[in-house]
Amino acid sequence: MASTVDPLPALSEHAPRVREDSSDFFGADPMLPAPYRIHKRRQELSDTFTLELAPADSSRSLAFGPGQFNMLYAFGAGEAPVSISGNPANPATLVHTIRAVGPVTEALWDLKSGDVLGVRGPFGAAWPVAEAEGSDVVIVAGGIGLAPLRPAIYHVLNQREKYGSVCIYYGARTPADILYRSELEKWRGQFDLTVDVTVDRATGKWSGKVGVVTRLVARGGFDPSQTVALVCGPEIMMRYAVKSLKQQGVANDRIYVSMERNMKCAVGFCGHCQLGPYFICRDGPVLRFDRIEPLFEIREL
Amino acid sequence: MTAAPSSPTASAILDSAELDRLIAGLSGEGYQVIGPTIRDGAVVYEPLQTAAALPWGWADRQDGGSYRLVKSERNAAFDHVVGPQSWKRYLYPPVQRLWQAQRRGRGFLGVTRNPPTPHYAFFGVRSCELHAIQIQDRVFNNGAFADPGYLARRAAAFIVAVNCARPAGACFCASMNTGPRASEGFDLALTELLDSERHEFLVEVGSAKGAAILGCLSYRPAGDSDIKAAQTVWDAAANAMGRTMPAGVETLLKHNLEHPRWDEVGQRCLNCGNCTLVCPTCFCTTMEDVTDLTGRTAERWRKWDSCFTLDFSYIHGGSIRRDSRSRYRQWLTHKLANWHDQFGSSGCVGCGRCITWCPVGIDITEEARAIRDNGG
Repeated sequence: MASTVDPLPALSEHAPRVREDSSDFFGADPMLPAPYRIHKRRQELSDTFTLELAPADSSRSLAFGPGQFNMLYAFGAGEAPVSISGNPANPATLVHTIRAVGPVTEALWDLKSGDVLGVRGPFGAAWPVAEAEGSDVVIVAGGIGLAPLRPAIYHVLNQREKYGSVCIYYGARTPADILYRSELEKWRGQFDLTVDVTVDRATGKWSGKVGVVTRLVARGGFDPSQTVALVCGPEIMMRYAVKSLKQQGVANDRIYVSMERNMKCAVGFCGHCQLGPYFICRDGPVLRFDRIEPLFEIREL
Repeated sequence: MTAAPSSPTASAILDSAELDRLIAGLSGEGYQVIGPTIRDGAVVYEPLQTAAALPWGWADRQDGGSYRLVKSERNAAFDHVVGPQSWKRYLYPPVQRLWQAQRRGRGFLGVTRNPPTPHYAFFGVRSCELHAIQIQDRVFNNGAFADPGYLARRAAAFIVAVNCARPAGACFCASMNTGPRASEGFDLALTELLDSERHEFLVEVGSAKGAAILGCLSYRPAGDSDIKAAQTVWDAAANAMGRTMPAGVETLLKHNLEHPRWDEVGQRCLNCGNCTLVCPTCFCTTMEDVTDLTGRTAERWRKWDSCFTLDFSYIHGGSIRRDSRSRYRQWLTHKLANWHDQFGSSGCVGCGRCITWCPVGIDITEEARAIRDNGG
């Protein structure tokens, strides 16, 4: 026998023939949404609202890490990725703050307390709240970017003694666009937090700061060598926030950003959310900045 | 031949007339046999009832932007190479309903029943295509999540590989280490042995399932002269291959994300998405949500998508990849470079389909070389 046709290794055990409609397989189907009922709907801003959800058909709770997201399904309209913005210590209530900017989020907007929507998740990488223990924490948020950061803020406040100085720097377009305003005001009244807010454009009776959030970062309030920074907002804002943090002396492997990309599946099958080698749904949305720094400056990647 | 009769046979010889019984045997085992046949001037993969439907006596002439079937000087079953389709259309259908739900009061009820999928026997899978299937296996079972429909179809599939007797004009599998000879991942592998004296097939057995099917056929053990004849076929295919992918393309592309060649190829690329549709590993999809006229039944459908569309990268405020150059760069860097990080191998198997079916004949091996040769 010529050595070129050695007996071939048998393939690994073939799985039993299972039809596609087998319940075994469907039990693990990551594309099936679970029904959740809206317990409370709260108007936040002119185009932004918060839904509090609980499972419609069971009492299971959805444990999540701060910064993770769910795919929310509006019946017949489709799915949208939305970050979780509730308290991770209270996973029985699922909280989502949503901006109505497309067909799906507009369909979610129309839902009322008592209605049911679909949830898949939680997906993605979380803010490094455990790794940040012992460090100062600087949170830089722009616009609705505060929503994915709120679970991290709750987490830090739940275990405040584990962290050093904590700064929350927030920028909004106008005073009317300040998300979670009463909460921000409450946090600002705490002696163990530095909270500052700025707006791009002063309207009405605003007598607070005007300017980009980057300027708040430049004011310091933290020890740059001992700081973990969490940044979320429009990409252009994150670009400048990171620059400002680095100027303060925060190392780029202690800066984390949350990226947004088109997502259809959230489980790595659809391909839409790629950024270089990363699937934002799986490797992100929270990414350590040094990992994406070379990609961050490349236009249209 | 030292294998015991009950264990998988290393290799055997079938007369060409036995192909019919092989197809019948697979059908008898409950498989729907899918194989190459001619439709609309191209070789496509469709259900086969008999071996007569194979493209006997036809070969393909392929080049950038060009595909023609031509009469071959011999009556071989497998002198064609690969056509516009690949097996992904069966393992991962172009349009798939994921689920259906009914409105109930203020909520909805998930209904998950999909029609059963046949157990497929893929007849005539080339080495590059075996590699493509294994690459998609890693996409749809990525460690964290698995696609149950894909896994079920894949687990049930029977694979009859065919070793290429000749490369097509666009082929470069040898430089991707994915062919032309099938080395693993099949149940049976055929090599067509055709000369003035015989028309036979060397059969290699890759699994117990394959051995069981072979056991139903009339065959004789392969002798040294048969192996030599097959070796000649394998060598001829490898040696006649005209194209190669430059070595080190993964690193090359990663370090040249702003190379001027992207602008140049972006000018030629029509953004039609043909390359992504014919590529046997491209897996991107989009979702479509539909309701019936009453609004009481909603369905979610998954459809093949292409990174060449503007919608593909759309987020609120606009698409990320607005320029043609960015979309071409995404496709090529994903396929040849980032795929390594994501799935542990290249996403390219060297089948050449994207070259042949590109309406303007863009050749990915040439694009990679142009970047390398111009300061890349």
